[in-house]
Amino acid sequence: MSARITLATARRVMWQIRRDRRTVALLLVVPVVLLVLMRYVFDGQPGTFQAIGAPMCGLFPFIIMFLITSISMLRERTSGTLERLMSLPLAKADLLAGYGIAFGLLAALQALVVCLVGFLLLGLNAPHGAWLIGLLAIGNAVLGMALGLFVSAFARTEFQAVQFMPAIIFPQLLLCGLFVDRHEMASFLYGLSSALPLTYAYDALARATHPGPLGGRVAIDVAVIVGATLIALALGALTLRRRTA
Amino acid sequence: MPPAAIKIEDLSVVRGGRPVLHDLNLQVAAGSVTGLLGPSGCGKSTLMRAIVGVQIIQAGDVSVLGEHAGSPVLRRRVGYLTQAPSVYADLSIGENLRYFAAILEVGEQRIGEVVHTVGLAGRERQVVASLSGGERSRVSLATALLGDPDLLVLDEPTVGLDPVLRAELWGTFRELAQAGSTLLISSHVMDEASECDELLLMRDGELLEQTTPERLRERTGEQNLGRAFLSVIKQVSR
Repeated sequence: MSARITLATARRVMWQIRRDRRTVALLLVVPVVLLVLMRYVFDGQPGTFQAIGAPMCGLFPFIIMFLITSISMLRERTSGTLERLMSLPLAKADLLAGYGIAFGLLAALQALVVCLVGFLLLGLNAPHGAWLIGLLAIGNAVLGMALGLFVSAFARTEFQAVQFMPAIIFPQLLLCGLFVDRHEMASFLYGLSSALPLTYAYDALARATHPGPLGGRVAIDVAVIVGATLIALALGALTLRRRTA
Repeated sequence: MPPAAIKIEDLSVVRGGRPVLHDLNLQVAAGSVTGLLGPSGCGKSTLMRAIVGVQIIQAGDVSVLGEHAGSPVLRRRVGYLTQAPSVYADLSIGENLRYFAAILEVGEQRIGEVVHTVGLAGRERQVVASLSGGERSRVSLATALLGDPDLLVLDEPTVGLDPVLRAELWGTFRELAQAGSTLLISSHVMDEASECDELLLMRDGELLEQTTPERLRERTGEQNLGRAFLSVIKQVSR
């Protein structure tokens, strides 16, 4: 692994994103529009808006980076550029870290915009500071990226890749506790949700948006997010093959 | 005979449950321009992938520049052009080359040289998606040339190019060989065979003959290499 190649890869991914202005605009505008929509859907229940909208600020980057990475990595696989890279002196870790840096920066920008709107304009509360939501958002985005990278190996076409969002992300959103408290679910679902990384991502965000002490549980949540990211990256690295059939 | 740049022994490859190469044996001399010729689907690309080391092989040995094909030291010494242009369509010509140059640790000057070689000088800012098919494959070729590799494996580098540019590229390939590189170039256009030192004639995953343009003409009594190849196939089928 080399810092020079990692940074060159991050720069290349950012050049690609920069050229696609419409995608950048959608990345920054869509979460804000959804948050504003939520604000007025829950017009009569400000408590619900706080309970769902505030953690959502830190979950958008997870969802979007999963989708974007699974498609961009699929493109690398189908366009032959991955095969070319694998025949060059580039370590798999350079490619993974390069993507991580580029999409991490993009996620930071997205989190910044959505947090500014949510916490300054729409009246959401961040009792422990909006910066904490922002940091968790970036961590979640890197987790989403790592998962997207891994699942891209199981798609042959972009049509298949987009289906992984409802297949892999939606169930985690339903089970993570955002809409229904996990203790009120059927007990097998509670068990299942304990094994899903988004549950911990949401738990950290829920604590960061609630008044009262943060507690040691947040540290566990962060450790699980980091661990799940590393496992997904390792699995993703396994799908980057120097030799193919 | 000069030392072999590529040495293949009993190579067999199966793709998608179908045997693509069976018990292939061949050598490619260092510093030569070797043409790999045969109808489409005969296994040319698979053989090239095996030489570059990106193909899973079922049996046999592939040695390249004295190393096992695909070994890490070869990643700087082998340049590979895939049949479909493998460059980033959403980047400009210059951005593509700067990225691959960073991986290979070569400088701006070398980028200028390869852009000139493939006839795209002055167009570095153009986005690859806006180029024609032939231009895209030239960007891909420029990328393969960047690291000034000892072995260049080029899968149909001249397909879709106009005759003038095609002749210029063959001139470039000759210069690279004179400077010490080994070139393995596939084509299904038989008139390009006369540009090569050595010819590998393939059909249905087997090597029909390893020869030179002169010997092929002599043996078959055909001046036209296309007809000479057809007569080789007829002899084999008999």
